[in-house]
Amino acid sequence: MGSLALTDLCASVITDEGELEILKGVSLTIESGTTHAVMGPNGSGKSTLAYVIAGHPKYRVTSGSITLDGVDVLGMSVDARARAGLFLAMQYPVEVPGVSVSNFLRTSVTAVRGEAPKLRTWVKEMKDAMGALQMDPSFAERNVNEGFSGGEKKRHEILQLSLLNPKFAILDETDSGLDVDALRTVSEGVNAFREQSDAGVLLITHYTRILQYIKPDLVHVFIDGRIVKSGGADLASALESEGYEQFAPASA
Amino acid sequence: MTIAPPVDLSPRLTSLDPDVFDIPTGREVEWRFAPLDSFGVFFQPINDAGFVTAIESSQYVRNIAMADLRSSWLPSDRPLAVARSLAQNAVVVEVPKDCTVAAPIVVQLKGSAARSYQHIEVNIGAFSNAVIVLEHDLELDICGAMVVNVADGAKLTMLSVLQGDKKSTHIAGWHTTTGRDSTFIGCAVTIGGGAVRISPSVTYSAPGGNAELLGLFLADGDQYFEHRIFVEHEQPNCTSRVTYKGALSGSGSHTVWVGDVLVRRGAVGTDTYEMNRNLLLNDGPRADSVPNLELETGDIVGAGHASATGRFDDEQLFYLQSRGISEMQARQLVVRGFFAEVLGRLNQVDLRDSMMAIISRRLGLPAAEATDV
Ligand SMILES: Nc1ncnc2c1ncn2[C@@H]1O[C@H](COP(=O)(O)OP(=O)(O)OP(=O)(O)O)[C@@H](O)[C@H]1O
Ligand SMILES: [Mg+2]
Repeated sequence: MGSLALTDLCASVITDEGELEILKGVSLTIESGTTHAVMGPNGSGKSTLAYVIAGHPKYRVTSGSITLDGVDVLGMSVDARARAGLFLAMQYPVEVPGVSVSNFLRTSVTAVRGEAPKLRTWVKEMKDAMGALQMDPSFAERNVNEGFSGGEKKRHEILQLSLLNPKFAILDETDSGLDVDALRTVSEGVNAFREQSDAGVLLITHYTRILQYIKPDLVHVFIDGRIVKSGGADLASALESEGYEQFAPASA
Repeated sequence: MTIAPPVDLSPRLTSLDPDVFDIPTGREVEWRFAPLDSFGVFFQPINDAGFVTAIESSQYVRNIAMADLRSSWLPSDRPLAVARSLAQNAVVVEVPKDCTVAAPIVVQLKGSAARSYQHIEVNIGAFSNAVIVLEHDLELDICGAMVVNVADGAKLTMLSVLQGDKKSTHIAGWHTTTGRDSTFIGCAVTIGGGAVRISPSVTYSAPGGNAELLGLFLADGDQYFEHRIFVEHEQPNCTSRVTYKGALSGSGSHTVWVGDVLVRRGAVGTDTYEMNRNLLLNDGPRADSVPNLELETGDIVGAGHASATGRFDDEQLFYLQSRGISEMQARQLVVRGFFAEVLGRLNQVDLRDSMMAIISRRLGLPAAEATDV
């Protein structure tokens, strides 16, 4: 059984004014086949956590470690992490003008699988995956995320999740910007991925509504750059009714 | 972006006599960006200058003595007038009327001395259709004109390619006249050379002409590339599309794009749009972009311009890399995507692919396997 383990992770964001510490000691182990939800208020550092795991150059890890199946991740380049089996569905996916979705997906699948998929089976695979997420086939010819609505961008992220089939997936606010129908479709995509693979999932959100569709095994409350409480699915309901105030750090 | 000076509405000064034009000092609007220490060598007659010839002649391509050339073109600046008066050879590319030439006519050009004058004259007969690729000599400093006549109902797709690692000086006037209902697609591919100045211009001799001026340039190191476009709409119901894209890297590279479009009073029904985009691959290079559009009539179909210069986006790079794509391949995807729009407009799949391969090579990237750009 594999695991993605964060130990005492501290990281800062590099800005023009200098460095600002955001993650203040995060420890978390996700076993394969389990889903963890991380919930926290705006600005608590959830996306920072996701970016640091993926290796975004804007952030610097000051101490602690990340390992994937026991192997150090922090020494790997961004693309090597993806090839090792990490995937980040971004809160704000980036537009890449001039690069078509089909070219992008094929290049990325080729890189992650280590060989180019056979053209004929690939076209069908891509069409089926798009169909499952109720994406129109015409998206294949459009430029990556260019002019996509918020909901279309999120579907496109989950499309990549299903094609790249990672060992561990971090979903950063995949629920935000989705209406009820889209939320159900996207959740079904995530659940299909969880069922077919033995992957671990880190689900970042600040609302509980996605948790009605994607059931977490564990819920972590994330405040001011650290996990302040962990519990079962019922912890999410408590958060829903009582809010984050109860966890506000007495003296930060 | 640089603030545009107004387009000079008076007719452009043209003459065969070099002395009609003052020697540029660098203070003139047309010469204010240019490194005159490079271009200046062509401001005065060069006695021991050579001349440019086509390496191979063919059914369509001939070298002839300049004295035997019939051309109505008049130079519009001093170096072009000097070159016109001293060039000894003209390369003539001629396609007779009612003739569709299936394969591209590739013309490899070569200069005979360290500094050479060129004159290239292209005549496409009525209702003919051809593709011409000019491969310029970058071993030497070259100055001269490419003069193109596209007769009624004809269609010409023409590429002018400057490629190679030589740091030579290159000045080219590229003047096209389109006939009734004819189409000219001209693409300047500027990748090599130290100091390059290309002036593509278009005039319409009859209604219904279409001109698509395309360009892509990749400047690195301390290369200087200037593209100075002039489209003059005088006839009714003509169109022009200008699409130039440049990518810049290195510490001291500098590109200049000037797009002057003039719609004269009689040019009713004109449809024109010009666009320049530049991509800075790192800090250091400078891109000047100066679109100018002057309308003497409002009775037109459309007129517009756009210009933007942006940095290579690190977030795009991160996004692609986070999907397992290596940094090198990610950069390739982004830059190829940037140029794909220009090359797509050629409507020539083979040419698009070979130009893309040249670009990839120049970027130090492996020639990509055929992908659906
Ligand atoms: N590039 C940056 N420059 C300055 N501050 C930054 C930068 N990136 C993040 N921060 C700061 O770090 C903190 C954490 O940001 P982060 O995006 O990780 O929060 P979040 O929990 O994901 O919030 P949200 O719920 O709004 O998505 C915020 O205070 C934010 O302003
Ligand atoms: Mg966030």
